[in-house]
Amino acid sequence: MHKEAAIREPLILGHKTYHDITEDVCKPIEDKAPRMWYILFGIALIIALYGIGCILYLLGTGVGVWGLNKTIGWAWDITNFVWWVGIGHAGTLISAVLLLFRQKWRMAINRSAEAMTIFAVFMAGLFPLIHMGRLWLGYWVLPIPNHFGSLWVNFNSPLLWDVFAISTYLSVSLVFWYIGLIPDFATIRDRARKPLSKKMYSILSFGWSGRAKHWNRFELVSLVLAGLATPLVFSVHSIVSFDFATSVIPGWHTTIFPPYFVAGAVFSGFAMVQTLVLVMRKAMKLEAYIHTKHVEYMNIVIMVTGSIVGTAYITELFVSWYSGVEYEAYAFINRATGPYWWAYWSMMTCNVISPQLMWFRKLRRSLLFTFVISIVVNIGMWFERYVIIVTSIHRDYLPSSWSMHYPSHIDIGVYIGTIGIFFVFFLLFARYFPVLALNEVKSIMKSSSEYYKNLPDEHGHEVKEVETKVEEPKVEETEEDKPSEDDNEKSDEESDEENKDNNE
Amino acid sequence: MADKVIYAMYDDDDVLKDGAKSLVSKGVKVSEVFSPFPIHGIDPIIGVKNTRLGIMAFIYGLTGLTLATVGMQYFMIIDWPMNIGGKPNFTYLENILAFIPITFEFTVLCAAHGMAITYLLRNKTLPGMPADNPDPRTTDDKFVMELRTSENANFSADELTKMVKDTGIVEIDEKVI
Repeated sequence: MHKEAAIREPLILGHKTYHDITEDVCKPIEDKAPRMWYILFGIALIIALYGIGCILYLLGTGVGVWGLNKTIGWAWDITNFVWWVGIGHAGTLISAVLLLFRQKWRMAINRSAEAMTIFAVFMAGLFPLIHMGRLWLGYWVLPIPNHFGSLWVNFNSPLLWDVFAISTYLSVSLVFWYIGLIPDFATIRDRARKPLSKKMYSILSFGWSGRAKHWNRFELVSLVLAGLATPLVFSVHSIVSFDFATSVIPGWHTTIFPPYFVAGAVFSGFAMVQTLVLVMRKAMKLEAYIHTKHVEYMNIVIMVTGSIVGTAYITELFVSWYSGVEYEAYAFINRATGPYWWAYWSMMTCNVISPQLMWFRKLRRSLLFTFVISIVVNIGMWFERYVIIVTSIHRDYLPSSWSMHYPSHIDIGVYIGTIGIFFVFFLLFARYFPVLALNEVKSIMKSSSEYYKNLPDEHGHEVKEVETKVEEPKVEETEEDKPSEDDNEKSDEESDEENKDNNE
Repeated sequence: MADKVIYAMYDDDDVLKDGAKSLVSKGVKVSEVFSPFPIHGIDPIIGVKNTRLGIMAFIYGLTGLTLATVGMQYFMIIDWPMNIGGKPNFTYLENILAFIPITFEFTVLCAAHGMAITYLLRNKTLPGMPADNPDPRTTDDKFVMELRTSENANFSADELTKMVKDTGIVEIDEKVI
């Protein structure tokens, strides 16, 4: 278990001990927040409050304050919804799919990616709720016995599937995230000095003590939740795409949508993770744990999913011609050359061309370049949804109904506002929560940290015999002990492997 | 009879694991291990059985599946068959395709939450529960093995302490409960 090919780049740089990992992650939580945090938080809060103001105005006045008209009945609201749900896909993908694939690099980023997922899905959920206009009647989407006689929600409708998909996704991701957080809250609790934080973290940690049996359950629960969350991730965006694909609007009525939306979601989700993580690692001095290799891995995911998205665009274009349906063909010609050509071509540039640059090793290992591309990709993915939604409906079958969509300032305010709310949540998370999965990072230290990888090889042979060089018990962690401890690892390799199989 | 508990602290997971191995081979019962992260391979050594939570998750999933099926059958077929675009809901089987997504989602919902709740209850980790790890450092970088004299009738407390001291510990603590 502990051994890993020496050729693989280490995942933890430098000589870190278990205690160092705790220190590095807990320090930002225990120290005073830097001035920059307050500045960012202030900005995010102002934007968030403005957005909330817009939402309140919308709820008080009605959905008419959006720039919709009788032709374009869906525009920014659903665009933003799909965009946020898409962003919300990376976290669970990282923690669930990569867990099943035993990708160790996920451990440094899964916590913050999952936090991002949860906050992004919050933001996504906001849009369908506010578009109901009468938010307080939102519970009507649930099949509950009511006083209208036999009036049930329509289980044939993809919009209702969405209700179930999004709420399941949100709550399961939240549970998955929190179960991982419990042991880390316990670490902070046991270090806390101030009575208030001690109290808070002991409530949050649910009295976790790290018993062997508990860890045994913990590992199985993580594994099973990952197994459940994996098809869930793929189902959610598939179902979101059904909102369009099951309709008969040219440009929406496409069987390619589910896989294409899922790839797009992973694409934009990873881009958002990059944006956040690149800033976070710097601000919180976590460069040893989240370094160029992690960024590179994520860039490869972006490149692959970006290529899938690009292929889907072109397939869609081809099929619109090959199908021989003139309405379908027109929808696509109109996208590329009609009044929304600029949206279409920005989408093409951002989503198809920019990820291809990641083929260059130099570029995908450049942090600055990655940061820029990650923002470009998110802009591109917003345009993708806008292009799909608005350009497909702005030219109706009836030319007299042809129209254009102009967002009102409330449209813009609500959208920008959700970005503000998202950052308020994320900054609070970065301030008070362990941003690295402490227990998981510690568990890969012996296999993947630079120090352990570089230990001389000749130690790896004499095994089994317990080293009984009893020094007087001492508290200090000693470095000279380390090489010999490494000896014992090989013998356990097999039993570990068996364990894993049993779990699976 | 007073139960004497010995807490042996290690600063490395592999040393603890080897220590546990040698103690167990001498017939000592290790009652508990506290660690900051899962030590792979410790469970069979100290006799922790694999959890059965996975089976529970399966049962919860089946419950969700059944509930979703029964629910949709009742709502859409029995109580108020809808006629949408000339495609009426007469039988469940004819309409099953439209019900797959929600059936799946609801199965996952029940399995995940059922298992999570069972996990928290079985661990007795709930909001407000007191922590009982013997040393605050066990959630940081120390690993503690717990031996109870009541479970090791063949050995005296001194013998146990002596054996434990030979396994590369960094600290030792005794407590009488």
